[in-house]
Amino acid sequence: MQSEILLRWIVLVPLLGAALNGLLNRRLSKQVAGLMACASVGVSFVLSVVVFLRLTGMEAENRLVQDTLGTWMQLGHFHVDLLFSMDQLGAVMALVVTGVGFLIHIYSLGYMAHDDGFQRYFAYLNLFIFAMMTLVLGGNLLMLFVGWEGVGLCSYLLIGFWFNEDANASAGKKAFIVNRIGDFGFLIGMFLIGTILLPHLNGDEGLFSFTVLREHAGLLAPSATAICLLLFVGATGKSAQIPLYIWLPDAMAGPTPVSALIHAATMVTAGVYMIARLNFLFVLSPTAMAVVAAVGGVTAIFAATIALAQNDIKKVLAYSTVSQLGYMMLACGVGAFSVGIFHVMTHAFFKALLFLGSGSVIHAMSNEQDMRVMGGLRSRLPVTYATFMAATLAIAGVFPFAGFFSKDEILWKAWSSGNTVLWAIGFLAAGLTAFYMMRLVVLTFFGENRASSEVRKHIHESPATMTIPLVVLAILSLVGGWIGWPHFMGGGGWFEQWLEPVFATGAQAGVHGAHTGAAALDVMVQNAQMNHAALETMHETGMEWTLAIISVLWAILGLVLGWFVYFKRAGIADAFKKAGGGFVYRLLLNKYYVDEAYDAAFIRPGYRLSRSVLWKGVDAGLIDGVLVNGSALVVYLLGSVLRLFQNGMIRFYAWTFTIGVAVFVLYLSFSS
Amino acid sequence: MEITLTHYLVLAGLVFITGMVGFVVRRNALVMMMCIELMLCATNIVFAAFARLHGDGGGHVFVLMNFAVAASEAAIGLAILVEIYRRRRTVNVDDLKTLME
Repeated sequence: MQSEILLRWIVLVPLLGAALNGLLNRRLSKQVAGLMACASVGVSFVLSVVVFLRLTGMEAENRLVQDTLGTWMQLGHFHVDLLFSMDQLGAVMALVVTGVGFLIHIYSLGYMAHDDGFQRYFAYLNLFIFAMMTLVLGGNLLMLFVGWEGVGLCSYLLIGFWFNEDANASAGKKAFIVNRIGDFGFLIGMFLIGTILLPHLNGDEGLFSFTVLREHAGLLAPSATAICLLLFVGATGKSAQIPLYIWLPDAMAGPTPVSALIHAATMVTAGVYMIARLNFLFVLSPTAMAVVAAVGGVTAIFAATIALAQNDIKKVLAYSTVSQLGYMMLACGVGAFSVGIFHVMTHAFFKALLFLGSGSVIHAMSNEQDMRVMGGLRSRLPVTYATFMAATLAIAGVFPFAGFFSKDEILWKAWSSGNTVLWAIGFLAAGLTAFYMMRLVVLTFFGENRASSEVRKHIHESPATMTIPLVVLAILSLVGGWIGWPHFMGGGGWFEQWLEPVFATGAQAGVHGAHTGAAALDVMVQNAQMNHAALETMHETGMEWTLAIISVLWAILGLVLGWFVYFKRAGIADAFKKAGGGFVYRLLLNKYYVDEAYDAAFIRPGYRLSRSVLWKGVDAGLIDGVLVNGSALVVYLLGSVLRLFQNGMIRFYAWTFTIGVAVFVLYLSFSS
Repeated sequence: MEITLTHYLVLAGLVFITGMVGFVVRRNALVMMMCIELMLCATNIVFAAFARLHGDGGGHVFVLMNFAVAASEAAIGLAILVEIYRRRRTVNVDDLKTLME
């Protein structure tokens, strides 16, 4: 079959699964529902692999498969197509999303086996895969936006999956509203692009399609900073960056596989994907790039410090995710888009594994999430422990686990592009990452079990449907990074090579675009060229070796320190809390009081405004008072006058009638 | 004395005014209905007179149609009155104003 046709089925098969599961719901048995959901994602994965293999067979410059379902909307003589396209970047994302998604579907079979909403759960999960695939395979900005909103919806549905608990429902709302704030920026950015481009396009080109945007990047160059910053606001919402990261830790209210799939491996990387996809715009604006890098770096260390003091196992991982997403943004910001995507991929493996492992722990501990009552699970959950350790080493960046290659590459790009401060921040955060991950491992798996005897009796290793995905992901967490084995270590840097056409032509298009823009854009050209230069790695092999070795040692130091503080000398942390560190501890435990600050700065004033002005004033006063009751009052007054004439006396009516007719007849006879 | 159109019209006017005054001053619904019949009758006379004057059959048609209207009106009106009388034991229209509000 033609690759073009396959492309649509990659997206539509999960939708079909979602529709069947969602519409038939309880009429399906759990076996059928689960099988169908897994099969639809499996089919999607296989098709992605097939199209990916076709892509590898093409010439490096022309690796692009496109599938147009038809015209979505006709706007005057412009049109927006229902366009799916897969290039190198799309292929990576599609494989990661469907591959990890498939494993998590399998895992969910075991994890959700006893849940009443089994069918509903899988319907949402399939719907999410559909939306995510629309996002990564959409061939124009509007398709991307459809997927963007779709994954937001699924995230909302799944965070609030157990909606009969108030906290879960409000966590879902929080995620949705915070995301909407970001999406608002994204929308305005798109409008800006549309306003600038529309006068320059002739009717043949699909509006907003990425190829058209790339060709016309020059026209956008003067406003590139504004556009990119607005789009980045959207990315901060979806990818949980400062200042809109606050929804992600609360999103852990959903089922754990959802945290693994949506809030760690795939959806939250959408912002990084979007920036990488629009790299030809971002390279036009050094300001926007600097903002992206700075926000990423600050988020990385900010979230890492919060993760140090959290007690809920999933909260630690959530802040760790925020921190890792910061790394990806940092990579994009310094122009190393392919490395950012590389980290998206490796992170998808090990963070999905960490979450699934924590799910296995929570499952064993009868839904307990507080690490203070865990401990000693190493012998009871051997598979979970082994795989969890692999993921920990990967996220800490220990050679040769996947995380080492991507994280080290990010730090190297930050260093080599001259952003020493960002490098230092990233380096520090890497040490913190190793430290808090070791703390998590020690508190969960080592020492004595601190649970109640009732819970302790039920501790058991998870069923095979749950452990097999763990093992597969553990293998991927080990070998997944090898495709990015860097040049200086004798590898091929294949991953970067694979993605190079997407970003190199992007940078060139940016340079070219800036040339065609206007003479005043020389500065822009230089900047774009500089960014392009940053893409072509400078081969300072010696420095690269040094930094790599330092960062591995640094990671190991973090791990050892974590081991020491929380296991060997378990009193140290408590002593620190007592000896003046209590303030720092409370600050971190309460997440720098950011939620409280937002509450005071935005939510409560907003609430007061809604209450006193919008509710009491506009709704109760204007709409209810003046418009609704006011119009009723007018009718009532009119009616009370007219009522005098309707007294029920037939003879009175007859009189009025007679007199009326008489007057009329007299008028007729005298007027003529 | 030759009977002219004027005689017919005067007669019709007298009959109509009788009906009209009766309708307005009487309280008994039955009598009021009879007054309505009188008014209809007056119009019939006018129709017939003019039809005769112009030699046009259209007037007669209207007269016939008026009969039908009067008959149905009487049938329905009487049925309503009988029903009202059964429930309220009165046909005094001044007492029948529950539909006022």
